[in-house]
Amino acid sequence: MRDRLLYLMLIPGILFFAIFKYLPMAGLSISFMDYNPFLGILKSNWVGLKHFLRLFGEPMFFRLFSNTLILAAYNLFFFFPLPIIVALLLNELAGQKYKNFIQTAVYIPHFISWIVVVGICYTMLSPQSGIITEILRGPGGETVNLLGDVRWFRPLITLQVIWKETGWGTIIFLAALAGVNVELYEAAIIDGANGWQRLLSITLPAIRSTIVIMLILRMGNFLDSGFEQVFLMQNSLNRNVSEVFDTYVYTSGLLNGQFSYSAAVGFFKSLVSLFLIVSVDRLAKAFGEEGLY
Amino acid sequence: MSRTRRSNSLLFEIGNRVFLFLIAAACLLPFLYVAAASVTPPEELLVKRIVLIPSRVDLAAYRYILSTKIILQSLGVSVYITALGTLINIAMTAVMAYPLSRRNLRGRRQLLWMVVFTMLFNGGMIPTYLVVSSLHLLNTFWSLWLPTAISAFNLILMRNFFQEIPDELVEAVKMDGANDWQVLLRIILPLSLPAVATFSLFYAVGHWNSFFNAILYIRDTAKWPIQVWLRQIVLLSSGGFADATAISEAEYIPSQNTQYAVILFATVPVLMIYPFLQKYFAKGVLVGSVKG
Repeated sequence: MRDRLLYLMLIPGILFFAIFKYLPMAGLSISFMDYNPFLGILKSNWVGLKHFLRLFGEPMFFRLFSNTLILAAYNLFFFFPLPIIVALLLNELAGQKYKNFIQTAVYIPHFISWIVVVGICYTMLSPQSGIITEILRGPGGETVNLLGDVRWFRPLITLQVIWKETGWGTIIFLAALAGVNVELYEAAIIDGANGWQRLLSITLPAIRSTIVIMLILRMGNFLDSGFEQVFLMQNSLNRNVSEVFDTYVYTSGLLNGQFSYSAAVGFFKSLVSLFLIVSVDRLAKAFGEEGLY
Repeated sequence: MSRTRRSNSLLFEIGNRVFLFLIAAACLLPFLYVAAASVTPPEELLVKRIVLIPSRVDLAAYRYILSTKIILQSLGVSVYITALGTLINIAMTAVMAYPLSRRNLRGRRQLLWMVVFTMLFNGGMIPTYLVVSSLHLLNTFWSLWLPTAISAFNLILMRNFFQEIPDELVEAVKMDGANDWQVLLRIILPLSLPAVATFSLFYAVGHWNSFFNAILYIRDTAKWPIQVWLRQIVLLSSGGFADATAISEAEYIPSQNTQYAVILFATVPVLMIYPFLQKYFAKGVLVGSVKG
């Protein structure tokens, strides 16, 4: 066969996807069992929907769901529009050198680990010596402890995401903006359209499909709620607002050893994510957009 | 009319420049603050509290770090994990991306679907942990390398990049008797150096920054990368709030400027390779590839 070598080259990759992506999917079957590590997956007992029913009956369930959704909504409303706005502003810059400098600077935070981001945030907000604590210190010298304040958990998470990812998020929109036909602008200027009108009638329609695709992709990990970040920001004081599906899977599954139950929680979350991405994609298509697939 | 419009647009131009400068500054200032604080004498940090330019440079934090074994050792571990891990990533991704980029390969569509589906749905933390554990990878570096050997997203981007290389070129080389393996090594990869550089950066940063898999899979503290120690030192020990469970987990409470210095140690390597690879990634690879 002519392509034998090509198929041989596919083997390592296929093995990777089979073992580390599809085997865990099959492993979700333990969420219908009472999985016992000593018996293994073949000898453990099937228990049907027991773990799912337990999850839905758990008083924690509603809080998990709402914490996850609220955090996702914060991200969608406060973070998602920012890369688009910054990309539009960058696109208006005249000097290429200045533009390059700004781009280099705003991309950097994307490459910093969550531990460092959260670490910098902790040290800056530390009640003992944080620089922001000092700036915010009240007239009577009272200390503001944002880290210990439950109401500040979600804003801090969102601000960290904004700092880390806004600049990087502009790349895709800048690429879309670079594809807009310059003649359209020239014609619009001759017709007397001002900057605002050009933005509304040329630029935004031109990058609309990119915005829609990014929105659909975001829906796919709508419920992922930045696990590493939330995990790092979580402490015993803010658990009421910081416990989301992913952190709950970790604590109930790996720390408390309830493999089957937490696999069920993870399964439920993945299904809801899949449902979200498919329905948003359908919706986009209904409005005449291209969609993902 | 036209004069007001011109002055309006000048005003916008200036305002835009200033605003974007402020955004860039907000991205860079935290690093400068951490760098300054790491060389500030501890007593000055305690008294003045807001320090951007220290009165004198105090390298005690760095001497302390160089004298402790764990931080240097974990830096070494991180370099090792990153270097070998990235090599595995690039080899696995390129070797799979090349056949998928050949338009006449039968079964290509189905294979691509198999790859894309893993981006939409996954088994999650617990089943993956059970797979890693049943392969006896726990507590070895393989647990950090193998489960992340290929990123589906990078694979598809690399395939798109390979696809841009003209078929005629590949066919011509094959006419001269080269097999697909030689085509990949001698034609495709050399022509795709910007892409390979970009994906190396992405994979390397991913390995350098990852900590959760190490927490999950590696018990032996001698095998912990720097990021895990950073979590111990900065997050669990900073007395930011009265979290008793967190404080008891930490082994000791290091001084403020030691924390800053460790943050810098974990960040600088990434900042050092960034300018060399930065020129590649804005062009080509990411452009027009959102859809895969």
